[in-house]
This record gives sequence, structure tokens and C-alpha cells, in this order.
Amino acid sequence: MTSLLHLPRRSRGLNRRQAFAAIGTACAFAPVAAEATPEAARKLLGDLIKVAPKAGKVRIDAPEIAENGNTVPVTVTVDSPMSPTDYVRAIHVIADRNPQPGVASFMLGPDNGKAEVQLRMRMAESQNVIVVAEMSDGSAWTATREVKVTIGGCST
Amino acid sequence: MSTDIKPRIRVPQGIKRGDVVEIKTLISHPMESGQRKDTDGKIIPRMIINRMSVALNGKQVFEARLEPAMSANPYLSFFLKCTQSGTLEFTWTDDNGGLYKASQALTVA
Repeated sequence: MTSLLHLPRRSRGLNRRQAFAAIGTACAFAPVAAEATPEAARKLLGDLIKVAPKAGKVRIDAPEIAENGNTVPVTVTVDSPMSPTDYVRAIHVIADRNPQPGVASFMLGPDNGKAEVQLRMRMAESQNVIVVAEMSDGSAWTATREVKVTIGGCST
Repeated sequence: MSTDIKPRIRVPQGIKRGDVVEIKTLISHPMESGQRKDTDGKIIPRMIINRMSVALNGKQVFEARLEPAMSANPYLSFFLKCTQSGTLEFTWTDDNGGLYKASQALTVA
């Protein structure tokens, strides 16, 4: 019977490396799973945007603490020249702890001149507002902002 | 309920050609989320404005698809690059197929 120690050194090293790779993968995924982002919000994001959004270009202005979850003012600004060749095609707003993750989607174009929209949304509890902007070149950019809610605004 | 639905629009005055201006819109609507229960514990059916669109001289310049997470009396604002005078047409559509329209002249000097 050949014990593990008698295996060629190279093969053992490979095994160890694989093991480390496996641990690394597990660690990389662990924080995502533990994060507040529930499955539904992530699924909706995947349905809306086919490419993986990169962080940046999107700014979300919202109160840090919203006393009334029934109407939370949110301003979304996307860094874009809004020229006929380089513009924001769509802005999607998602909330990760509402009964349903979708909030709104806005379709824009070069006619808008400035990629900024304002809205007022409902928040059932403290949560993250996630905004994804789809550009004319097919890239997607995202930002997240946490809003603490004193009185939730969905069942009232 | 649907008798008191009234759109309100604010377009700035004194626009010069090429200006990028903010256009603010609001429509009075309960935006029933479909999450609330009445006194008998029955769920009040969802009834929201699910779409809002804006066209300038017949060409769409802005569209919003809305979900129940929008507040009652949905307020929306967006920007418009003014290159021509014309008529802005605003349309809101609700879950019952209700259509609410408003128009506003856009004067570009």
C-alpha cells in the first residue's frame, strides 16, 4: 500500500495548492453570502443587467437617516457627457430589504443632457439602495448607499 | 379614487438654446403597494402608476418604469437639453389601464 508521503513531491504540492485555492474561493464568497443583499435583489440585478457592473460613476444622494420610510428622497447622478455617442441608457434603482427589490428604472438618452434623476421611494426598513447605470457602450456601473429608516413605510 | 388624480409639472422659464434644465413632475396617486391590509385583514390589491413617459414633439425623451416601492404621489425629476421649442407630452399609466396626460409648452429662446 502506498501512503500519501510516497507520492511524487510535485503531485502533493499541487494538491496543497488546490486546497488553498479552494479556501481562497470560500473566503471570497463568504462575505457576499453574509451581506444584507438578499437573493431577490441580486436576482433582479442579474435580470436587468447582463454584464457585471463595476463600482463607480454613480452617485446616490439620500438621507443617512430617514425618519419616514414612506417617502425617502433619492437623487441619482451618473458621470457621463450625455453626448450622442456616449450616454447613459438606463438607470435602475433597487432596494435590498423591501418586500420587492425593484424601485424604478429610467430610460435616458443624449436628449437629457445630464444623467440625473430624482425620486421619492418607500423603505420598509433600514437597507441599502443600489443603483446600476447602463451606458451606451454596454458597460454598467454601480453604487450602493445605506439608509437608516426610523419608521418603515410599506405596510402603513 | 381615480377622480382626484392630478398631474403637476414644472418647466423653467427663460430657457436659452442649449440649456440643460430640470423638469419636475408629480402626480397625485395613492400608489397602493399591494402590501397593505384593510380592517378585515384582506390585502388591498396593488394599484400603482407603473409607467411614466415624456415626449418632446412626439419623440420620447424620458421614460420611467415604476414599482410599488415608489412613494404615493410619485415625484420624478429629470433633465432635458433644450435645442428646440415645442410641446412636452407627459403620460402616466396605472395598473388598471388608466391613462393620465398632461402637456406643457417648452419655449427656447
